[in-house]
Amino acid sequence: MEVPILKQGTVLIATFQAALSDADLNQLRMGLVQQVVKFRSRAVIVDVTAMDVMDSFASRTLREIAHMIRLRGAETVIVGIQPEVAFAMVQLGLTLEDVTTALDLEEGLAYLNEKFKNTH
Amino acid sequence: MVASPEIRVAINSDPDIVTARQKGRARAVELGFSSGDATLIATAISELARNIVAYAKKGLITLQVVNGSNRQGISVTASDDGPGIPDIRQALRDGFSTSGSLGLGLPGVRRLMDEFEITSLPGRGTTVVVKKWRQ
Repeated sequence: MEVPILKQGTVLIATFQAALSDADLNQLRMGLVQQVVKFRSRAVIVDVTAMDVMDSFASRTLREIAHMIRLRGAETVIVGIQPEVAFAMVQLGLTLEDVTTALDLEEGLAYLNEKFKNTH
Repeated sequence: MVASPEIRVAINSDPDIVTARQKGRARAVELGFSSGDATLIATAISELARNIVAYAKKGLITLQVVNGSNRQGISVTASDDGPGIPDIRQALRDGFSTSGSLGLGLPGVRRLMDEFEITSLPGRGTTVVVKKWRQ
């Protein structure tokens, strides 16, 4: 399944779909990092608004994406975790401890703008 | 409510995990579960199906309607003929995983659902039955 990746200035925005298989997630992980390199992006926003289930694999993949992108010197913000999904994640014992999260795309962009404001 | 047959989803590879949890969510919503509870059920199915793929390679997820004395619920059975779990007590402890690729597995699934039963025979397979009652 194709995940649309939108380039907006130095930020890449990847919009996850509801029904991503493990293979899709693995492919996406590599694809995103490659795009960050290609476009010299400073940040990636991963929009998971459409994801109705975040199980252990999806959550581990998101953490790995964030870590790989950090090694590249860019930042990842996960946006749009739905309240019900957040509840299920906590029940399941999943955390995204060292990954930045924001309410939605708008908040994610605002966070990055604020962060990069002083470095331009 | 019209009685409905059980739904069976064969789990042979990782895309089946998505199919199983989608069917589970749809069934839960049909049965009148809240969207939040349907998410918990779908997440539990995802983890159980994932265990099948990771440890047994193939197995079956069965969804059934269960009727209590004055309540209705959904039961999810995850069964496989895989290697079985040598130490169930250890597998039910948070943080335990032998495949290295899983998150927290069974203890998490137990927290997502109302009832949890597991039977496993080394060399014969594992069956996990979980239930959630409609609030």
